[in-house]
Amino acid sequence: MTIQNGEIVSLRNARKIYQMGTEKVHALDGVNVSFKRGSFWAIMGPSGSGKSTMMNIIGCLDRLTSGQYVLEGQDVGTLDDDNLSERRLRHIGFIFQSFNLIPQLTVRRNIELPLYYLGWDAEKSAERAAELGRRVGLEQRLNHRPTELSGGQMQRVAIARALANDPHLLLADEPTGNLDSATGEQIMRLLEELHEEGKTIIMVTHEPDIAAHARCRLHMKDGQVDRIEES
Amino acid sequence: MKQSRIVRNIALGIENLLLHKLRSFLTMLGVVFGVGSVVAMLSVGEGASKEAMEQIRKLGSNNIILSSIKPIEEEQTSTVRAAISIYGLLYNDYARLRDTFPMIRQIAPVKLLRKESRLGPRAMELRIVGTTQTWFELVPREIIAGRELRPEDHAQFNPVAVLTEFGARRLLATQSTIGQKIRIGSDTFEVVGIVKSESGKAGNMQIPDQEVDVYIPLSVARHYFGDIYTRRSSGSFLRERVELHQIIVQIDAIEHVEPAAKAIEQMLERFHPKQDYEISVPLALLRQAEATKRTFNIVLGSIAGISLLVGGIGIMNIMLASVTERTREIGIRRAIGAKRRQIISQFLIETVVLSTIGGLVGIILGVLTPKLITFFSGMPTVLTPLSIFLPLIISIAVGIVFGLYPAANAARVDPIIALRHE
Ligand SMILES: Nc1ncnc2c1ncn2[C@@H]1O[C@H](COP(=O)(O)OP(=O)(O)OP(=O)(O)O)[C@@H](O)[C@H]1O
Ligand SMILES: [Mg+2]
Repeated sequence: MTIQNGEIVSLRNARKIYQMGTEKVHALDGVNVSFKRGSFWAIMGPSGSGKSTMMNIIGCLDRLTSGQYVLEGQDVGTLDDDNLSERRLRHIGFIFQSFNLIPQLTVRRNIELPLYYLGWDAEKSAERAAELGRRVGLEQRLNHRPTELSGGQMQRVAIARALANDPHLLLADEPTGNLDSATGEQIMRLLEELHEEGKTIIMVTHEPDIAAHARCRLHMKDGQVDRIEES
Repeated sequence: MKQSRIVRNIALGIENLLLHKLRSFLTMLGVVFGVGSVVAMLSVGEGASKEAMEQIRKLGSNNIILSSIKPIEEEQTSTVRAAISIYGLLYNDYARLRDTFPMIRQIAPVKLLRKESRLGPRAMELRIVGTTQTWFELVPREIIAGRELRPEDHAQFNPVAVLTEFGARRLLATQSTIGQKIRIGSDTFEVVGIVKSESGKAGNMQIPDQEVDVYIPLSVARHYFGDIYTRRSSGSFLRERVELHQIIVQIDAIEHVEPAAKAIEQMLERFHPKQDYEISVPLALLRQAEATKRTFNIVLGSIAGISLLVGGIGIMNIMLASVTERTREIGIRRAIGAKRRQIISQFLIETVVLSTIGGLVGIILGVLTPKLITFFSGMPTVLTPLSIFLPLIISIAVGIVFGLYPAANAARVDPIIALRHE
């Protein structure tokens, strides 16, 4: 199944229903979509259309109510909590709008976090963190705390952390949402570089300028795929 | 590999706790004082009971000590001037005990009197113990010089004396005194040995020897000094006739001691209608001391349990707050790929590190406090390995028990919700 240019992510008739008291919210309402390995996607759509829900499903943070989700040839619906954690740890890198760095830990420690859970020893982890720090242009800041950094720098740390486990799939939920447009552009250039290196990137954004960096765009509406632009 | 990972996890736990130094410190205070007081109390209790037990053991746990006492009614009538009171254990009692009880392995008759004694130019009042060589087997004391009494001393009425270290020192007797003459009352004895002395009391039971004892053969004591003693008390002379002041009996086996004491008592009752003797059984005292110690330990255990419970609840309270406060951190860790049990172990390690450090600090406190008590009050205190390791193990257990619930709470955190948490 996992041929080089095959599908890395595929959703079949995916539904996610939240029960809100007596009311049911169809956050995903029968989504059929697949993303090829090495592709760069922007997911767009109005607020509440189910973008984040889809990202959480793809990121193995959540499970579908019904339908099928196949990640790298593996049906994720059948996995238990530990195995979902394992997927996240080994296959996925997350980049969030609000960076989600641990403020008490230094930049180095934040980048090392996935490696810690992968069971790497301290020395190798430190080496890798330094290498990634260089990669995102923050080698001078490794011993700083996230609170001492600018938003753009924090997002670079988050990207470095997302890359630590060398995942095939990078998920970014509005990565530039908290950044000014110039900084946002820098982050996008970094993501483009990563795309060129072969990473599969799925990114949620509201901004057409940002979405323009992606090779493909998926528009959501009311929990369904509205349209797809592939270029 | 596996071990270094545990070390690393603990190091990370400590790192995390150091982020909130004051809070971590306050959190472990409960355990510090809980463990500290347990260690301190254990060592004070252990010291007191050890001293008591040691004294009792010196009496010999296989021994039964019979002592003559003046009967109460005699005491009352003794206001009569120059009256003579006759009471106490008899030579016949000694013979009967020796001959009728097969469980008695050894038996030492003791006659006690006080006499002014003189060695060269030095004089002092000594307690004269007329006994046989058996004494030295029932009340074993180290020989410093010379020898103990021998069977032939008793049989041949040898006027020999064995001094006790303390009395000997006061009389300036040394190694070279062996063979010299000592005057006891108006009689002359040859010093043949010096033995070490023991001082102290065992509970309310006097240990049989005293520091100023002189041991002479019983036959000689009886021959020279007779059985009648004249004591001056508050202007009036008191005359008493006592054959033996003590009989020390050694029983062949420890399980026979208590039945033998009963049998001896029954036999003596027949010949002594007046209660003019007393039976003390060191073993019974030992049992009593042990029972007291057990009770003490139970009380102590309860206090310790309660204080550690309070300490544990304190820790749990703070850890629960910490879990809530760190919801977002937990969400981040989970999103990155941490499994539930890794979150559990992270929080559990932090709690256990807290309680263990608390326990260690408590132990230091608990070790120093008895030292201060001993220093200032002279009360003996004893630290046993158990009184240190038990509280330490308990404090680790407290960390695990009271850490589990907050840690489980942390693991229940839903990463999606946690990541939205501000
Ligand atoms: N935990 C939840 N419980 C109930 N309803 C939820 C939950 N999470 C999401 N929803 C609902 O699901 C729908 C989709 O939400 P989602 O967060 O995916 O939207 P979105 O496209 O990411 O919006 P935005 O652009 O504002 O981030 C919304 O109607 C939302 O209210
Ligand atoms: Mg969203």
